[in-house]
Amino acid sequence: MIQITVNGSKVELENPVTVTEFLTSRNYTLTRIAVELNGAILPKSAYSATTLTEADTMEVVTFVGGG
Amino acid sequence: MRDTIVSKEDIHEALVIRHSEEVQKRLEAGRVAIAGLGGLGSNVAFALTRIGVGHLHLVDFDVVDLTNLNRQQYFLEHVGMPKTEALKSELLRINPYLDIVTDQVRVTEENIEMLFNNEDIICEAFDVPECKAMLVNGVLEHFPEKKLVSASGMAGFESSNLIHTRRVLPNFYLCGDEVTEPAYARGLMAPRVAICAAHEANMITRLLLGEECV
Repeated sequence: MIQITVNGSKVELENPVTVTEFLTSRNYTLTRIAVELNGAILPKSAYSATTLTEADTMEVVTFVGGG
Repeated sequence: MRDTIVSKEDIHEALVIRHSEEVQKRLEAGRVAIAGLGGLGSNVAFALTRIGVGHLHLVDFDVVDLTNLNRQQYFLEHVGMPKTEALKSELLRINPYLDIVTDQVRVTEENIEMLFNNEDIICEAFDVPECKAMLVNGVLEHFPEKKLVSASGMAGFESSNLIHTRRVLPNFYLCGDEVTEPAYARGLMAPRVAICAAHEANMITRLLLGEECV
């Protein structure tokens, strides 16, 4: 088991997954989010090449319409 | 008093009476870009203009539409005009000595670096969520040294008090309730959009005056 923190909540992963795989499995719309991983912005181009590891802290900011 | 006879010094003195010399000096040195000139951006621009922020960069591709007038700082005579041009003309009626530059262009991943190179603080004030995400990702990737103030969730007439400012990253602030998007009979309306715009404007003011916490 790999334990990570996502938006303040503990999440357990059975297998290592990439950020893209994690976000897709949680039904995030990839074009409407920004991802912070361990205190820094994660470039969109790095989602597929970044594997979540033990104790990672991720925050996903989801944007809704309106302005 | 006709605005044409008010000197730059007169306006500076009036602002100093309200704000103090040391605060005004910092506001006048401020450089802020506003991306999107709708309900958020036009209100942010008015607020920053009124307090005398020295340099504003206004970016929007669109023209004023009659449906914008329920919340955006335009008048009937502006309908059909580019928002950049309409807003600049209004702001100069408040203070004709500010340095206001405009770009009537659609912001894309490709032009972010070029468009926002010259300001220290960037205000994300778009309407479409994909545009918000694109700008936030682009600015945080290209300009880690700049401050970014963004907004998400301000539609309808839910409680004012759900709208907040949150420091997501050391250089990234997010204003809004983060969840309420426009829906039937829960559209974008002047009062709540203005509350969110004021959150953005006040966070920008705090940053200009050296306060980095929310």
